[in-house]
Amino acid sequence: MTKSQIIGSVLAALVIGGAAAAFAITWRPAIAAIDPPAPQSFDVDLVRRGRDLASIGNCSDCHTVRGGKGFAGGLPVPTPFGTVFSSNITPDAETGIGRWSEAAFRRAMRSGVDRAGEHLYPTFPYDHFTNVTDEDDRALYAYLMTRQPVHAPARDNQLSFPFDKRFVIAGWKLLYLRQGSYRPDNTQSAEWNRGAYLVEGLAHCGACHTPRNALGAERASAQFAGGDVDNWLAYAINSRSPSPVPWDADALFTYLRQGWHPDHGVARGPMAQVVSNLSSVPDSDVRAIAVHMASVFGAPSPERKRRGDEVLAQARSAAMQASASSGGGATQDSTTNTAGAPIYAAACATCHETGRPAPYGGINLRLSTGLFSPDPRNLANTVLFGIRAVEGERSPIMPGFAASMNDGQVAALLNYLRVRFGNQPPWTGVEKTVADARRTQAVFLQTSSGPRNAPTDATQRDKP
Amino acid sequence: MMILKVNGQDHSIEADPDTPLLYVLRDDLGLNAAKFGCGLGQCGSCTVIVDGRAVLSCVTPLVLLEGKQVTTLEGLGTIKAPAPIQRAFMEEQAAQCGYCIAGMVMRAQALLQKNSKPTDDEIRAELEPHLCRCGTHMRILRAVHRAVGLMDTADASSASQRRAQ
Repeated sequence: MTKSQIIGSVLAALVIGGAAAAFAITWRPAIAAIDPPAPQSFDVDLVRRGRDLASIGNCSDCHTVRGGKGFAGGLPVPTPFGTVFSSNITPDAETGIGRWSEAAFRRAMRSGVDRAGEHLYPTFPYDHFTNVTDEDDRALYAYLMTRQPVHAPARDNQLSFPFDKRFVIAGWKLLYLRQGSYRPDNTQSAEWNRGAYLVEGLAHCGACHTPRNALGAERASAQFAGGDVDNWLAYAINSRSPSPVPWDADALFTYLRQGWHPDHGVARGPMAQVVSNLSSVPDSDVRAIAVHMASVFGAPSPERKRRGDEVLAQARSAAMQASASSGGGATQDSTTNTAGAPIYAAACATCHETGRPAPYGGINLRLSTGLFSPDPRNLANTVLFGIRAVEGERSPIMPGFAASMNDGQVAALLNYLRVRFGNQPPWTGVEKTVADARRTQAVFLQTSSGPRNAPTDATQRDKP
Repeated sequence: MMILKVNGQDHSIEADPDTPLLYVLRDDLGLNAAKFGCGLGQCGSCTVIVDGRAVLSCVTPLVLLEGKQVTTLEGLGTIKAPAPIQRAFMEEQAAQCGYCIAGMVMRAQALLQKNSKPTDDEIRAELEPHLCRCGTHMRILRAVHRAVGLMDTADASSASQRRAQ
């Protein structure tokens, strides 16, 4: 045995031993199965409230696959430990949660245990959902139990040993699941506290925006410092935000409400689905999230604010020049990236420099958070696959360039943008990032649910 | 100056590297099937095939076409001997004003080259970037299905078809 193998065996033994002990402590009995309750037995207002809460929780995003029935599960969720498939949470008696009582549902939300008493993987973010109140769990239960039942057996997870053993989760919970940890802050407003309750609980913002440790748990010491999801970088949404223009509560509200903001651009990737879902919830809840998150971002330093104002002024004057000139063509640039410049001029500037307002005209790239990001993943994803229109709605749109540019050409373009509009040093290893993006996004676009985009008009969203 | 390969022929082009392919096709080569619609890559009417893949020619600069094979609608077939995909569009009367059709045909052709038996959902998803103001979408869908059948016959191996691949 090599040294690393020995260490590995000892570690595995510790993990298994610890987990077995944890299992003994955290073991939970089955909760009796019930006959699926009739949809009419639920109060309509309760169901409606549950719909809004499910939207805030973004439940449909993980529990629905592209082209599949709502909430029927089956989405592959890649993790460092293997792939977990989302479960069927329709009220189907055999394959869904039709035989779950409200108590069983609440237990799953609070402590990540299914009706039969098995531990659920924390890809289901019960480390956040544990903060959801009984009242909200009741509404969510009413909403899910009144959906169309779909017969869809769960797919087997593909996890490596020992993570394929569910008792290991018991150990994870002892380490990282803190039940009843959320407390309102009496020094803050009711709106701020409402936002905090949603952000820390159902909305589970940290699940993507907080970096995770080696065991896949959010690092409490780096809350909202930026995380990874589906080969996108979920930007830091605290004082380390890379956004060239600092966020405030109004901008956050607009962005979360309509899916884009003129000073920040369009939500895309996994965030597109989040804002798409948020577009149907009451203004007051979105406003509360915005107010709370604005305080998490914190007030910008005078220097950061000055730079933000400067960038905004540059972008606005460029827009005015473009609409004043007849063609609205690309501005001259002084940089010397020979490969990137002509690509930008023909493929990007036609939208991004026309001065046409967002979301139909592209934002001035000086305002793009992606250019100030630690790595070019998000830009690569966007350039390759564009922003798809939402069916039947007016929405932002951008063509993808996967078919017309090779990895080297995309890489040249990204570093051209980075240097010219971001005034930042070029990224390294961009070509590999682009190759990875090409491979992984093609898979995600085939499997993940619905429009990866946000509607501009919330009234067009589905009603229950 | 650069060499641009279009429909199997080499052309010497005098143009800046950031010139959109569409301008060269229409203004320099007189190939007018690809249309200027929005000029923003949002309507699909400028679509041509580059190395087997559908590409929006209005947002594709010449610099990206070094050594690549461009196929336009003119390269698929002729009036006397239309390619299967063109025959299918004619037989289904899929064109009304016709402005979007060249683009629709080219993307459908690229789809059928890599997937000879697409489902209805796959065709719809593939043609999603294309707009048609006349509303002949149902006929266009039928035409693509018909082309699948036509390509199963001997027509599929016509010279023009091979060139597009």
